[in-house]
Amino acid sequence: MSDSLLSLKHVSKEYSGNKVLKDISIELKKGEIHALIGENGAGKSTLMNILFGMPVIHTTGGYEGAIEIEGKEVHIKSPHDAMNYGIGMVHQEFMLINGFTITENIKLNREITKPNLVSPVFGKRLETLDIKKMNEDARNALDILDMNIDEFLPVAGLPVGHMQFIEIAREIDKTGIKILVFDEPTAVLAEAEAKNLLNAIRKLSQKGIGIIFISHRLDEIIDVADTVTVLRDGEHVVTKNVKDTNKYEIAQLMVGRKINIERGEGINKNIVDETILNIKDLAVAMPGERVKGIDLSVKRGEIVGIGGLAGQGKLGLANGIMGIFPAKGEVEFEGNNLALNDPKTAIKSGIAFVSEDRKGVGLLLDESIESNIAFSAMQINNDFLINFGAVKLKDSAKIRSHAVKMIGDLDIRCTSSMQMVGSLSGGNQQKVCVARALTLKPTLLLVSEPTRGIDIGAKKLVLDLLKQLNNEGMTIVMTSSELAELRSICDRIVIICEGKVEGVLPPDAPDAEFGLMMSGSRHTEGSEA
Amino acid sequence: MNNAKTRERLNTPKTSTWVADNIVSLIFVAFTIFGFLVSDGVTINFFLTELSSRFFRNAFLVLSLVIPVVAGLGLNFGIVVGAMSAQIAIAIVRYFEFGGIAGLVLTFVLALPIAGLFGYFTGALYNKTRGQEMIASLMVCYFANGLYQFLFLFVVGVIIKVPKTHPMIKPDGVGVRMTVDLVPVENGGLKYALDKIWEIPFMWAILIVFACILLLQLWKIYRNKNNPALYRYNKTMVLINAALSTAMIALSIYSILTNSRLMIIRKVPVVTGLLIVALCVFNELILRTKLGQDFRSVGQSQHIAEVSGINVDKTRIIATIMSTVFASWGQIMYLQNMGTLNTYGAHTQIGMFSVAALLVGGASTQKAGVKHAVIGTLLFNSMFIMSPEIGLSLFGNALLGEYFRTFMVYGVIGLALGLHVWRTNKKGKITLN
Repeated sequence: MSDSLLSLKHVSKEYSGNKVLKDISIELKKGEIHALIGENGAGKSTLMNILFGMPVIHTTGGYEGAIEIEGKEVHIKSPHDAMNYGIGMVHQEFMLINGFTITENIKLNREITKPNLVSPVFGKRLETLDIKKMNEDARNALDILDMNIDEFLPVAGLPVGHMQFIEIAREIDKTGIKILVFDEPTAVLAEAEAKNLLNAIRKLSQKGIGIIFISHRLDEIIDVADTVTVLRDGEHVVTKNVKDTNKYEIAQLMVGRKINIERGEGINKNIVDETILNIKDLAVAMPGERVKGIDLSVKRGEIVGIGGLAGQGKLGLANGIMGIFPAKGEVEFEGNNLALNDPKTAIKSGIAFVSEDRKGVGLLLDESIESNIAFSAMQINNDFLINFGAVKLKDSAKIRSHAVKMIGDLDIRCTSSMQMVGSLSGGNQQKVCVARALTLKPTLLLVSEPTRGIDIGAKKLVLDLLKQLNNEGMTIVMTSSELAELRSICDRIVIICEGKVEGVLPPDAPDAEFGLMMSGSRHTEGSEA
Repeated sequence: MNNAKTRERLNTPKTSTWVADNIVSLIFVAFTIFGFLVSDGVTINFFLTELSSRFFRNAFLVLSLVIPVVAGLGLNFGIVVGAMSAQIAIAIVRYFEFGGIAGLVLTFVLALPIAGLFGYFTGALYNKTRGQEMIASLMVCYFANGLYQFLFLFVVGVIIKVPKTHPMIKPDGVGVRMTVDLVPVENGGLKYALDKIWEIPFMWAILIVFACILLLQLWKIYRNKNNPALYRYNKTMVLINAALSTAMIALSIYSILTNSRLMIIRKVPVVTGLLIVALCVFNELILRTKLGQDFRSVGQSQHIAEVSGINVDKTRIIATIMSTVFASWGQIMYLQNMGTLNTYGAHTQIGMFSVAALLVGGASTQKAGVKHAVIGTLLFNSMFIMSPEIGLSLFGNALLGEYFRTFMVYGVIGLALGLHVWRTNKKGKITLN
């Protein structure tokens, strides 16, 4: 077609042997709004990184396939190239300087200057800024977006919705902008702001700018986009005209997997009708994973899965209960009120946590396996210590024997219990984390992202381990981005969206249900929040 | 998307109070007033004479610190490197016995490339030690001091052959003497070469300075009348400033007309003053250029500046070079006023004292302006003048005041840095709201 603006042809990308993009072809026409949707890790960011010539692509061996802009093949080697080809991006995290005015931000490094007395001698960089002209340009860009905010105000303190618009204004102020990428632009916006934004996007597309719109919100995609492309696990699932589809279908395509980890036996075991953990209106200030009021109760003997998309707050839940990030609300554990913001009490009362941040919070990488396993128990429960009154010494023999037992029980592959944890593989590191949690003899185990960054074989081992612990009577709350693994071992799955419980589903609910809930498009049934 | 919101936002209460923001300055004001109360030997004439000569000696050095702060490099203790460059230039000029105004100009010209080169190296080092620029700048002083001593104690005499009989050279023919007399300008030297060009009585200077400040306030009000939204100003501050300037103008006119005691205060050097004003103006004007805007962008967020295509490393190096060159000129102005070059000691304290002065003026590691430098120089030197007096009258020992000086210098740096970290932590703290 003659009005083709951008076409990606058979694009593939490998990161050290791991194919993250497989043969993606996307066509973008002038004035088209093309939605891109997929779960976390589906390859959207990688695709956009390729389009922007991000250094990370070229330092890892480049990509296969071709990119054409207006019919001509181009090689985008740096973000600067991308800019020259007329590709702009509205970032998810704002690229705005807080101390600057709106004008200064819109004109960042594209300031208009005029010569002064010294500039002929010392060069262009010493030319005076033409604030008046810059303000005029900024005004124009803001007017296109129907923003009547004063352009000379500082950005600091503006509502996020405004900041988003300033980012957009900066892109459209660039001359010759042809393609504009919106990376989850509405994720941080309130509903009314999001509506404004969608209107602005429509307006821009009418000016002939091609728009790539990345979003998790299905309703928005149906509302604004002309075409939708679904990616899953780096594969191009389908490209459809939005008119020919509906959100149920998109949701199903987004989540649906070919391989499902088989659900084993031993389900519906000894769940007692006794509430072990009762959470009321919990809010947690975990950056990027904010929880805004969750109500949830867990029964003794259950495995509860916590699912949802990244950034919606599912990780904040466990971190909030353990007191790692500031939290507010009521948590009742085994009938007693649990003090929040106090990790020590939480651990003492019998809750153990396997953190998603294995290398940061979870492990002392330069310490041996046995110290890692015994560390928390020594600190909290005074286990493994020989008490001499004033001084307490480490009981190395006891630690050693316990560690050896754990290594055997959990099948940790290592040379000895004295091996540094940092030199273990991801799966074995994860098992050390679990071993440490078990050493605390918890009644409730919180596990976050237990299979992140470990290979498929190890994944199965970790999941089997959790299942086995549960069969022995431990209550488990497992948080994971991988729906498939939640569905394989959990008794019920709580989906978190925008910091609240969106709904609770049985593990065998249909794909579309999960997809809709995760993208927050189903506010009617099953909503507890 | 309406204007009501933005108007509302302008009226939101500030997070920090005025007292908390200016606590360091207030401590110094209180200290000076306390000094006047307890010591009876200090006359206002003595105080102002001391203060004005110290101000003209040090202000340029303190002003040289402003640009690196704006560019996000923090407090550049590395101005010591600039001071060393200045001393190298002075040594060269004195060795060949140039003097007078021509000799002084030559010193300035010689110092420029030396300081520029060292500034480049310092800047390159800061780029390698990103995030720890301030510590790196302290370390670079010690390192540079070693090289400087190597040059002056060994290279001069052993590698560069010099006559034993030269007054600057140690009697054994190797190395430069501990102190080098710069020789009064009347005898063809550098001492007061700049200061003696033109001097006017102190009260005349006060009259001129405050008349300028008054005009500036009027201009601010006028500009605001024309475009109230674009040129906002702090009404009470402007009024206070205007009232203060009017009072000072009246006072100076009165003392000029009546030839009061205040007229005996030592005369002030006009050209030195003009150079200081010139650097003030330069620091302000540079911020209105593309380069200045880049300084600010880089200072605010290196990451965003980089993404926007600004050459962050180069911009930071330019800022360091500027600071080093200005510091070297500042050191020349300092030394021509002192009259002797303390070859191995004159530069060592410059960094600490200038940084302390800037902080006393209310600057922080991230925010500094001409205003902070000027006020800081005045307050810091007031403390310097008063502390021996306080020591004498309280403990009967001026030396105790001397210790107090040191305590105040390092204390103020520690306090300012501590406050800065405390504020950053407070801002960065994760809260539920």
